[in-house]
Amino acid sequence: MTQLQARGVVKAYGRTPALRGVTLDVTEGEIVAVTGPSGCGKSTLLHCLAGILRPDAGEVSWNGHRIDTWSEAARSRLRRTEFGVLLQFGQLVAELTAAENVALPLLLAGTGRRAARTAALSWMDRLGVAELADTRPGEMSGGQQQRCAMARALVTEPRVLFADEPTGALDTLTGEQVLTQLVRLAREQRTTVVLVTHEPQIAAYADREVILRDGMVDHTGLGLDTPLPGGRR
Amino acid sequence: MLLGLLAAGSRHGYELKRAHDERLPRARPLAFGQVYSTLGRLQRDGLVAPSGQEREGGPERTAYALTADGRAALERWLAEVEPPMPYVASTLFAKVVVALLVADADRARDYLVAQRQAHTERLRELTAVKTAPSASLDDIVAADFAIAHLDADLRWLRTTLDRVADWHREVHS
Repeated sequence: MTQLQARGVVKAYGRTPALRGVTLDVTEGEIVAVTGPSGCGKSTLLHCLAGILRPDAGEVSWNGHRIDTWSEAARSRLRRTEFGVLLQFGQLVAELTAAENVALPLLLAGTGRRAARTAALSWMDRLGVAELADTRPGEMSGGQQQRCAMARALVTEPRVLFADEPTGALDTLTGEQVLTQLVRLAREQRTTVVLVTHEPQIAAYADREVILRDGMVDHTGLGLDTPLPGGRR
Repeated sequence: MLLGLLAAGSRHGYELKRAHDERLPRARPLAFGQVYSTLGRLQRDGLVAPSGQEREGGPERTAYALTADGRAALERWLAEVEPPMPYVASTLFAKVVVALLVADADRARDYLVAQRQAHTERLRELTAVKTAPSASLDDIVAADFAIAHLDADLRWLRTTLDRVADWHREVHS
């Protein structure tokens, strides 16, 4: 069943076009990699699908409901309850301990302090970082921070996880371990994952790859507009 | 490789074949004939020597062990740096160059698209192999090797297309 849908999504920053009519269906439980060179619009697409950005034209739907027309408050509620977001640098709050960081989305959603901490610790345990519960981000390695950020993204048991270059700041082996965990947990929970990456090796963890080029889906994966010698296109 | 497998102790041909296929799980399996012909050559050169006969229900089998010369040869081989890509030779490389040269651009594009897809699918298969909970260290190391090479091919394909596009723009602007 189609869970997320983009129809002819257009988005520009001032006069610079980022997306020039992207159409994409994401099925429930699917792991989709959105790839393409820098500046191809992949992060913008992720932000539009996650309801963080509103497209200039086109539609974004969630379970058949158009969310691009919703108010910021309604989209923000959707993000808090149904979506999880994981960015390149975990972006943990430096002043809070790891467990407080992980519990944060639950506290914001109104869960009681004790229940939120219990859930946070359980997710940290699944990701192998339970012993860091009372450590602050500044004292952790990049891989540990990213595991905590993943626990924070998953603690609300979101239906969709949006991950933007989640291993971009990690060394190859640590990145691989983080990604393997992410994919395993997503499959266990049947969480849909939209994974933005420019690395073919990372995209290979997904079920499917959608390639963007110059703000459009490139079905050939090699640049539709690339002219080859010989004249004819 | 056979000298390396004998470093741990004497083995007969069948054991060597099995050890080779286990240690290099993604390599082409070693043929028995190849094992015995190589052992014969190594024995002729004084690098291995028969260390005993064994019979377990089947035909008699000769076990081989490294000689002192064999061990020295193994150590020399291990210490020797491999020439890093002395020649750029690969069928993929040759095909892409030819594809870019042929007059029919559509056919060249079709080939490049199909090749990219085949590479991507193989990359996904190998990623599944190495992330499977049952994967052994040998499986992972072998898959990593193939993945890194496929990844390099894909990057090169992409860069080549970008270069060709740039070149085309320059020539036609």
